[in-house]
Amino acid sequence: MNTRRDFLKGVLASGAALSTASIAPEANARETRHRPAEGLGLLYDATLCVGCKACVAACKEANENPPEFSTEDHLWDTPLDTSGYTFNLIKMYRNGTMETKDAEVNGYSFMKTSCMHCADPSCVSACPVSAMSKDPVTGVVGYDPEACVGCRYCVVACPFGIPKYQYDSPTGKIGKCELCRHRYKDGHYSACAEVCPTGATLYGKTADLLVEAKRRIALAPGSVTTYPRGKLGGPDQSYEAPVGNYLQHVYGETEYGGTQVLKLSAVNFAKVGMPDLKPEAAAARSETIQHTLYGGLIMPFAVLGAMTYVAKRNVHHEDDAPEQAPGKEGS
Amino acid sequence: MSTQHHAIPAPVGGNLVNATTFVCGVLIAVMATIILIRLFFGLASTTNVNDGYSWGIWVVVDVFIGSALACGGFCMALLVYIFNKGQYHPLVRPALLGSLFGYTLAGAAITFDLGRWWNFWHIFWPGYFNVNSVMFEVAACITLYIIVMWIEFSPVFLEKMGLHDTRKKLNKVMFIFIALGIVLPMMHQASLGTMLVVMGDQVNPLWQTPLQPLIYLLTAITLGYGVILFESCVAASAYRRQIEVPLLNPMARVMLGIMGFYLFARFADVTFRGVLGLAFQFNYVALTFWIENACFAAPFLLIGSAEARRNPARLFLAGIAVMLGGVLLRLNGFLIAFDTGPGWSYFPSLPELLVTVGIFAAEILGYVIITRRFPVLPREDAQLAH
Repeated sequence: MNTRRDFLKGVLASGAALSTASIAPEANARETRHRPAEGLGLLYDATLCVGCKACVAACKEANENPPEFSTEDHLWDTPLDTSGYTFNLIKMYRNGTMETKDAEVNGYSFMKTSCMHCADPSCVSACPVSAMSKDPVTGVVGYDPEACVGCRYCVVACPFGIPKYQYDSPTGKIGKCELCRHRYKDGHYSACAEVCPTGATLYGKTADLLVEAKRRIALAPGSVTTYPRGKLGGPDQSYEAPVGNYLQHVYGETEYGGTQVLKLSAVNFAKVGMPDLKPEAAAARSETIQHTLYGGLIMPFAVLGAMTYVAKRNVHHEDDAPEQAPGKEGS
Repeated sequence: MSTQHHAIPAPVGGNLVNATTFVCGVLIAVMATIILIRLFFGLASTTNVNDGYSWGIWVVVDVFIGSALACGGFCMALLVYIFNKGQYHPLVRPALLGSLFGYTLAGAAITFDLGRWWNFWHIFWPGYFNVNSVMFEVAACITLYIIVMWIEFSPVFLEKMGLHDTRKKLNKVMFIFIALGIVLPMMHQASLGTMLVVMGDQVNPLWQTPLQPLIYLLTAITLGYGVILFESCVAASAYRRQIEVPLLNPMARVMLGIMGFYLFARFADVTFRGVLGLAFQFNYVALTFWIENACFAAPFLLIGSAEARRNPARLFLAGIAVMLGGVLLRLNGFLIAFDTGPGWSYFPSLPELLVTVGIFAAEILGYVIITRRFPVLPREDAQLAH
């Protein structure tokens, strides 16, 4: 009898605790975050890129990274992908005869690979020790090796495959583009944009860069327009060039709530390595679940309270062994 | 009932040096050597992890799967102390011991996978830890649980050392630790599933769902019971003891009930989200999905009837099937159905595998030493010969 009554109490108490806590999940829904108003970023225009890789070399120098070799002679820095030591890379799309630039069929195109500086970054949400952080003003996603435990959840979480780890080192760090935030105090900006000869990589406030990107895709292909270089709103380094055959899509405008690095291309973004992402950030979904279950520790404490109450009533099974007769063990 | 006969735990006794412990010792020494190499020369010197698959088996198997396989202790506590099924009491200590080793070694295993392990304390330090991070919740919760389990298990050592007063005092507050020992694993086993959510579309939709915490929690519980089936049979055969069929039979029924609910939730979820079609494509992802779920369904065939549940061989096989299902669910989500883009692949290196083998060897060695020297397994008169 007693046993049965206690059993039912156990069921009721745990059920009550679970249902109380599951009533209020809506309050914890965490919306996808958007770009800060003054957020900084880059606009990469694949139709302007000539594949000179000056930005790759400048990035190496600015971040004091060693060269990486993929050829036998080890003469030049030739990384095949971004890595713990390569934060920026120009990759190439090739199809068929590769006759025409920016053509999907029998053509080729370039694409920059570097941190997108997401409005709602997965790496920042994933990091257990706040080593990845998003600056509230500039929106730059920065990395602090002094805080990092090297768990590499950021590496796994990022949909762009950007944070990378230095596996060859006993004290390896995560390597990723931080938009050259360490060079701002000397009046410099992102090294890749500083050296880009065609303005394919342009630095500025993302809000301004988005206006510029929309201006470009609204133009008639083949018409001539003015392209700024270096820093948008900085010293005039502009030049005139024919307009490319843009897709009507500014990559990064809405993906995962928007990114601070924006991209234009004439070739399908998925084909040049940019994943198809919903406007809802995975970080928002993950944190909604997490705060629904653990927000204010309300649910854990409710369940713990119920469990403590029931366990206290039932724990007599443990106590008196081994001296006493085990007859108390229910049967 | 024969429970009376089995109720009091006692050391099994016998020699600590035998073929099993010797092999375990060798495997542990190999593991220690590989870990030293890793610590001096970096992860690339011993593992195949890369930027596409940055989490290899040291994380997915040693920690995620290792901790799930170590859910026996919490599952038995749930039955005995919350649902007041006192008759299962003889199974509590052996199950807790398995959990204790599983979790302690999972905790140890993660430290040498950490790229910057000397900063590990940051996870517990205000100003560093990030409450939005699922990893933070898992790490903090697992650490607390390991401490709670050692406290729960300490009466075994206190009994051995004859500290009866301390033991009695501890027993007065033990219900608090028992409750914590149930809530903490529920929290982090659920969160281990939530860890997939932030990875977004890189995880195949068959395994990417907001229901992840429920799926991982339910399978952790069934895995707990599956491991107890497996462990009881192995311990009985290794120590030539009776198998506790009168206890395992009803417990297996509880397991089937939870598993039935799990399978319903799993298929309702993939159907409701409209991704069930992915399971009917001709590729390895669909194949592994069906193998995983077949493992969870197999026990209904093996031990569906009360009569079948009295057959130790069937109980043993059902335990293995449940364990395989839980192992595959986790391998699938984090490795097999995880696609980070073209050009990346991962298969563990030999040293990587040897470390994982070493971890399991350490668990077996610990289990043998403790059960032979400390009162864990129920006393059985017939085994005095050892």
